[in-house]
Amino acid sequence: MRRPRATRRPRATTWAGWAFLAPLTVYLLLFFAYPLYRNLDLSLRDYNVRSFVQGGAEFAGLDNYRKVLEDPAFVPALTHTAVFTVVCLVVQFTIGLALAVFFSRSFRLSVTLRGLFLVPWLLPLIVSASTWAWMLNSDSGVVNSALSLVGVGPVNWLTSPDWSLASVIIANIWIGVPFNLVMLYSGLQNIPAQLYEAAAIDGAGGWRQFWSITLPLLRPVTAITLLLGLVYTVKVFDIIWIMTRGGPADSSATLATWSYRLGFGNTLPAFGPGAAVGNLLIVITLIAGLVYLRVERRRYAS
Amino acid sequence: MTVTRSWWRTLLGLALTAVMLFPVYWMINVSFTRDRDMRKSPPNWFPMDGTLDGYRAVLDQQLPYLGTSLLVGLGTVALTVAIAAPAGYSLAKLRPAGGGLLGFVLLIAQMIPAIIMAMGFYAIYLRLGVLNTVGGLIIADSTIAVPFGVLVYTAFMSAIPEELIQAAKIDGAGALRTFWSVVMPVSRNATITVSLFAFLWAWSDFVFASTLDGGGTLRPITLGIYHYIGNNNQEWNAIMATAVVASVPATVLLVIAQRYVAAGVTSGAVKD
Repeated sequence: MRRPRATRRPRATTWAGWAFLAPLTVYLLLFFAYPLYRNLDLSLRDYNVRSFVQGGAEFAGLDNYRKVLEDPAFVPALTHTAVFTVVCLVVQFTIGLALAVFFSRSFRLSVTLRGLFLVPWLLPLIVSASTWAWMLNSDSGVVNSALSLVGVGPVNWLTSPDWSLASVIIANIWIGVPFNLVMLYSGLQNIPAQLYEAAAIDGAGGWRQFWSITLPLLRPVTAITLLLGLVYTVKVFDIIWIMTRGGPADSSATLATWSYRLGFGNTLPAFGPGAAVGNLLIVITLIAGLVYLRVERRRYAS
Repeated sequence: MTVTRSWWRTLLGLALTAVMLFPVYWMINVSFTRDRDMRKSPPNWFPMDGTLDGYRAVLDQQLPYLGTSLLVGLGTVALTVAIAAPAGYSLAKLRPAGGGLLGFVLLIAQMIPAIIMAMGFYAIYLRLGVLNTVGGLIIADSTIAVPFGVLVYTAFMSAIPEELIQAAKIDGAGALRTFWSVVMPVSRNATITVSLFAFLWAWSDFVFASTLDGGGTLRPITLGIYHYIGNNNQEWNAIMATAVVASVPATVLLVIAQRYVAAGVTSGAVKD
């Protein structure tokens, strides 16, 4: 049976197609699949420094995972990861949306100012993190100086267990706002202006227009923005490690920083448990992403 | 809209931008502050009686780090484009059977935390003896950019008119020739976008640098700053001066990229 020509491609095209895909396929196997396999292997064996270099570590099954789950540091790290992610996402999104609405009406300098808002997003994370660390310094930081002008403080932002998580959240929100602004701004551009004009004729005020037109029509963009934000925020490492190293007393440790500390932060590395925490982080990211997609789809359908 | 109304918007916009960019201003201000003013309370809000000591320290100590970062950034760009451009062409125009699966794999690949990749790479590099090499760091850094690069090239090349490729074929060009002489030149803007982000991400990378390149002589600038923070807690003008210098590529690239973004927007407007 002959299929119509348009749907069937000549065999030569398929060959050429895979020839062009060959570098990527080899690349993915060598530099994604293999490191991930090695990571899984690390988490299933009982490594010490010697067997790490020379090989021959004993297969330990799920011992590392059991050790990690029973560790008193596990629940706090999980809680901090959840709090960090949710607070960052909600605040970033709210500020980003407010700014996107503000910038959606063009005014003098609006394009330039919107461009400048991208700067925090493009700076190397170590630059942002070290700047915030100095700004939040207890004795000489500009934040405490400003607070003392209104009679508050001084707050031990980075050195008190009560404030360290809040500090890294503030810094991460600052970095995440531009992304939300860009995504939501481009979403707003796609809402037809006639809808607002019609609503205005019907007597709807600005607030009413926002709730009845902007938010519902922005939903697809909202979904992808929050999903990408979630995937990115769950794995944030640089900011926290550079500002607090997860401390003091693990008060700002997340799964990502804990994994790094186990594997690289101590003089005696614990690669097995470190890899196990990392793999748990992947699983949690995937589950969170799937749950979010499912909820979003259900809400969309109803 | 009346003029007065747009004026308050501009003023509010300026105020918001000032708040948002205050940390950047503060970084620059501190980089010029003298050591003895560093712990003054209240701090100097403007770099009066400023010093260039911080930048002198950068010139004395950080130049090799900057050189390494430049090398790693350029290497990452080359590797990323070499892998992503042909793959994007294939996924957009040749669409071989089974190619769609690869697109899905790329989406998943973007979700993997760098920490986990770093641990796997560390185990592999240790055995191969390529820890603390520029090549090893380039490969690891490219894993951040390659999935993104393939997606950008695929999206961009899908929009290339089929007639253009057919015309090349009629002129007797093979698949490789068509790709090199027709598709790549037309996709210049995609190449710029991908290169830009690949460079920026490699330049900014800290996770791979600290795990895979922490002990060698060729260390990137992110580690330069990190060791500064660890070693001399007091010389914040030197730390912030290094941070300012490390931010220069981001700033330059933002300015260049905005021109391309603007060009893309206007060309779209003309078509409409």
